[in-house]
Amino acid sequence: MSGRVFLPLLRRDLLLAYRRRSELLQPLVFLLVVVSLFPLGVGPGPQILGRIAVGVIWIAALLATVLSLDALFRSDYEDGSLEQLVVSGHSLALVGLAKVCVHWLVAGLPIVLLSPLLAVWMNLGDGGLSILVASLLLGTPTLSLLGAIGSALTVSLRRGGQLLSLLVFPLFVPILIMATSAVSSAVDGLPYNGQLGLLAAGLIAAVTLAPWAIAAALKLSLE
Amino acid sequence: MSTAKRLFHQFGSPPWLFRFCGWVVPWLWGAFFVLAAWGLWWGLVKAPPDYLQGESVRIMYVHVPSAWMSMMIYALMAMFSIGALVWHVRAAEVLAMASAPIGAAFTLLALVTGSLWGRPTWGTYWIWDARLTSELVLLFLYLGVMGLYNAFDEPRKGARAAGLLSIVGLVNLPIIHYSVVWWNTLHQPGSVGVTGSSIHPDMLWPLLIMALATKFYYGANLLTRTRVRLLEENRNRRWARDWILGDST
Repeated sequence: MSGRVFLPLLRRDLLLAYRRRSELLQPLVFLLVVVSLFPLGVGPGPQILGRIAVGVIWIAALLATVLSLDALFRSDYEDGSLEQLVVSGHSLALVGLAKVCVHWLVAGLPIVLLSPLLAVWMNLGDGGLSILVASLLLGTPTLSLLGAIGSALTVSLRRGGQLLSLLVFPLFVPILIMATSAVSSAVDGLPYNGQLGLLAAGLIAAVTLAPWAIAAALKLSLE
Repeated sequence: MSTAKRLFHQFGSPPWLFRFCGWVVPWLWGAFFVLAAWGLWWGLVKAPPDYLQGESVRIMYVHVPSAWMSMMIYALMAMFSIGALVWHVRAAEVLAMASAPIGAAFTLLALVTGSLWGRPTWGTYWIWDARLTSELVLLFLYLGVMGLYNAFDEPRKGARAAGLLSIVGLVNLPIIHYSVVWWNTLHQPGSVGVTGSSIHPDMLWPLLIMALATKFYYGANLLTRTRVRLLEENRNRRWARDWILGDST
């Protein structure tokens, strides 16, 4: 019976997300605003912007992800449906995985889709765009998976949002390094397959391990 | 009941652990003070200055043991957390959460001494050297564990949540370390390295003594904190009240 929780939960959460469209837009608007602040801060010179483009876009993506992660389990925790899911006997790891999938579809995928616009704004070098999109495609699901652990740990706290960023940013370090290095290499005309491969490996490891940590964290939070 | 199993249960029992700590703690503090005095005297007075770095090399006798401790304590904290989450050993929760501030302090000490050492040798207080960077990330991990623990109103729940976070961090730590090493060597190869391939015995011995001294410090500090924590958590129990009122030792 535990197999039957994934798809219904996925559909329910997507429907809920669709009904709260304006809330979903906030992290994306935040992403656009943060990236647009950089040219204002460091000057509009295309040379400088091009050099810091990857880092800025990726860091803005990290911030936007953490912003949306805070609400991942919040409403379900507050209205008690999370507790029902825990006592229902369904596999909590699958519940967590379904939540993460929805989070990526509504918060991660839009970042990937927006990235070409950001790349143009930041004057990212030729040949970097496709690799930027690839690195975001491979990296943002890992961010959602790792971040969901932190979100599950802080869901029962009143001011969990501020703490969440402290918990998850250190865990995001390897992804940031690999992703930005892949794009920089591509812009410089160097091979980038290794970094993308490591990003994919990180994603596979996170998909395999993170759901169990999310399940344990949810159980702890609902004790 | 086998000896191992009996020991396991004894360490899990708060009154027993409290008495055990009270018995060991003075010896640990004593060993730390003797070893630290000996090691610091040897390192700061007797050991020769380095022919390349001069007197500033003496920072090593504090810096290197602190850096070793910062990593060892994180690993131990995660081990205690596994004990707390898997076998529900209450004492392990206390030990894990008492380790966090000590480990964070050692990490901060390693960063500060490293930065002070960097000024005369590298010419700058901070460089994004791979080791410094991963030590900084380690400090953030410690702060996250401590922040999560303190955010819960109920200390036991906080200890379990922070313990889970420390286990996730332990899995991630090697990945973070190697990615940072790789990141740095890609960007600025070979500008920073450890001087000399082998250390002269006159410099190695004080280093080893200091490394041992810091381990005793950790043990002493950990068990002292554990005692306070046990007393606080069990203040409504008979044995704790008896002890506070001075009826037994």
